[in-house]
Amino acid sequence: MANMAQAIRMALHVGETRLGVTDIFGQDVGAPLGGVFTASQGLKNTWNSPLDERGIIATAIGLGLAGDRCVAEIQFADYIFNTIDLLKMAGNTLWCSNGQYNLPIVVMTPVGAGIRGSIYHSHSFDAWATRLPGWKVVIPSTPLDAYGLLISAIKDPNPVLFLNPKSLMRVRGTELIPGEPADEKELKNMIDQPVDDRKHQWRPKWPQLEEFEIPIGKGKIVREGDRATVVSYGRTLPLCAKVADMLREEGVAIEVIDLRSLYPYDWQMIKASVHKTGRVLFVNEDTEVTNFGEHLAFRATQDLFYELLARPRVLAGKNVPGIGLHPNLEEASVPHLEDILHEVRELLGEVP
Amino acid sequence: MRKTTSLAPKSKRPLKASSKVPAKAAGARQSITISTKATLPKELQLSIYDLMIKSRVLEERLIKVYKTGDAYFWIGGAGEEAFGVPLGLLTHKGHGPEYDYLHLHYRATPTMIALGMPMIDSLRLMMNRVTDPSTGGRNFCNHYCFPQWNVVPVTSPIEVQYGMAIGTAVAQRRRWYTAGGKTPASGKKSISIVSGGDAGSAEGDFASSLIWASRPGFELPMLITVQNNKWGISTSYDTQHGEKNVADRGKAFGIRTAIVNGNDPIETYLALQTEIDYIRKTGKPVLAEFHLSRIYGHSSATGANREPDVCPIELFEKKLVDQKWIKPHETKELWKRYDEESREAAEQVRKEPVPTRESIWDNIYVGSENADWRKF
Repeated sequence: MANMAQAIRMALHVGETRLGVTDIFGQDVGAPLGGVFTASQGLKNTWNSPLDERGIIATAIGLGLAGDRCVAEIQFADYIFNTIDLLKMAGNTLWCSNGQYNLPIVVMTPVGAGIRGSIYHSHSFDAWATRLPGWKVVIPSTPLDAYGLLISAIKDPNPVLFLNPKSLMRVRGTELIPGEPADEKELKNMIDQPVDDRKHQWRPKWPQLEEFEIPIGKGKIVREGDRATVVSYGRTLPLCAKVADMLREEGVAIEVIDLRSLYPYDWQMIKASVHKTGRVLFVNEDTEVTNFGEHLAFRATQDLFYELLARPRVLAGKNVPGIGLHPNLEEASVPHLEDILHEVRELLGEVP
Repeated sequence: MRKTTSLAPKSKRPLKASSKVPAKAAGARQSITISTKATLPKELQLSIYDLMIKSRVLEERLIKVYKTGDAYFWIGGAGEEAFGVPLGLLTHKGHGPEYDYLHLHYRATPTMIALGMPMIDSLRLMMNRVTDPSTGGRNFCNHYCFPQWNVVPVTSPIEVQYGMAIGTAVAQRRRWYTAGGKTPASGKKSISIVSGGDAGSAEGDFASSLIWASRPGFELPMLITVQNNKWGISTSYDTQHGEKNVADRGKAFGIRTAIVNGNDPIETYLALQTEIDYIRKTGKPVLAEFHLSRIYGHSSATGANREPDVCPIELFEKKLVDQKWIKPHETKELWKRYDEESREAAEQVRKEPVPTRESIWDNIYVGSENADWRKF
């Protein structure tokens, strides 16, 4: 099974060979490195840009204005903050031009904690991203979803932010990408650049991949249950699934929804689940004040008030300025398995 | 012996900040001269003159519309006609990467008039009517958007256009190379033109445009321009910029530079023609700085009143009259005709519909796909 870095690479290959992607660029995106997570190795339309995030986003906008399709990368979301007005502008270009200029661009950036990345390699961006009207925002938690969401993002005529959880980049999936060889080693030999090759001789051998799409705006129920609903995405999603598995051993079935798209988001899926369970917890790792989970919890309160058996809860990152390097600091700052388990138990135990 | 005529202002404007202008920088504009040898065909000069008047009259109409309470804000390019009109005339205009892209700022009415924009479309933008072809009543005046001429949306931030122009230039460069050096079907190799003010050149995006345009082996066909009127709202250039000329910054990147008297339409036309030809021929960038006037201040926020800066139209008009290429009464007729046209256009726009409240949800996504989370 492919890992997420390989899945992204394969989606980009489909993008540049079949979907008209002309430029895949950013710092270290092109040869010889092919991305700090190797997600853009072996592609033909990659190039390295100056170390200039504003230039990267502005260039993506310009390419979009010219009608070309590009995928631009900000190496870590921690470094996207100086582009925020350009992101705002990309989101408002269609609206400000009254429908005359759309921007068919994708911006990818790794997000979140989990790799001992310290203060400037651990930021989340989902709360900020969902405050950029005009953008669509996706965040996969599996390689297959990364592949399908990136294909959809490339095809979309609007700007799409593709947030890839960096701690999941090396995690292997459990579902084959359509066209991916079943043998993991075979895939590695085909599309992974040898570590000692940095001189362009190596060429990938791409599998015959299908244009598999995950529709933007559609979530996925990854665990079914009727006692409580847990809605998450990105790094914390597999942790929520694990909590569901642990509780299932105790005879408690909780439903876990992988939101996958943050804007537009699959409210109908959340709504149907909460109708069934009456209890809901929103989990993510961005800082907790003005958090996207708060918006969802607010909406749950507004739309589902009389369906609820307990108050909607949000478990998010602590409202601290950064993720400290020492494991004690990181673990105290963003939700981990025990935190989620504790919060779910609290939710289940609440008596109306 | 080469004769020169100075178009520089004889005295500094009586604003407080100018009393502290360092002597070195203050002298920069005074050194600008034009050669009487530099010339253009009579018909072209008269055409430029005509468009300059049309643009100025339009800007003055916009100001009147603001002052009569029919609009909320004015900001514009009055005083930049000698630069903007030649730029519009020299643009290879059309839609898509085979034609020039124009990344303008909010002082581009002269360029738009030269491209062929009807006066009424500027007034529709000014008076935020639903008929406004640029934004449908959503944005300030002079924030034009005309895809048929590759005029991409003008925005209020004063720097972002310098970065976006990189992107369209990358798209154009690709087509240059795909064509294998052949002249495209559109007739000319296309370039990306970006304009901004001297104050905006302090922003990082200006440096981005220099860096990205001059990457070794990946030079971009960009005309990077700065319209230096020596002011950023109330802050003078001379109190903020140590560089003698903004254009000097291009030299560090090996970018060809030009410093032009932007108050002289002939010198500007010839300089733009030379630089644009160079870019079309080489695919390499140019940084060109134009020294010019600001006639009505920054915007209505600072009063939009006539300021004692040199007026490029008055100078050009005098020259044409002195040459007997146009008679004084003909000039008056021209001003009057355009004034009447602008007045009638404003009257018409007053009757046109305004955007509806529910239209805020239109065009957030392509095809007005639902953007309202309440309806997900």
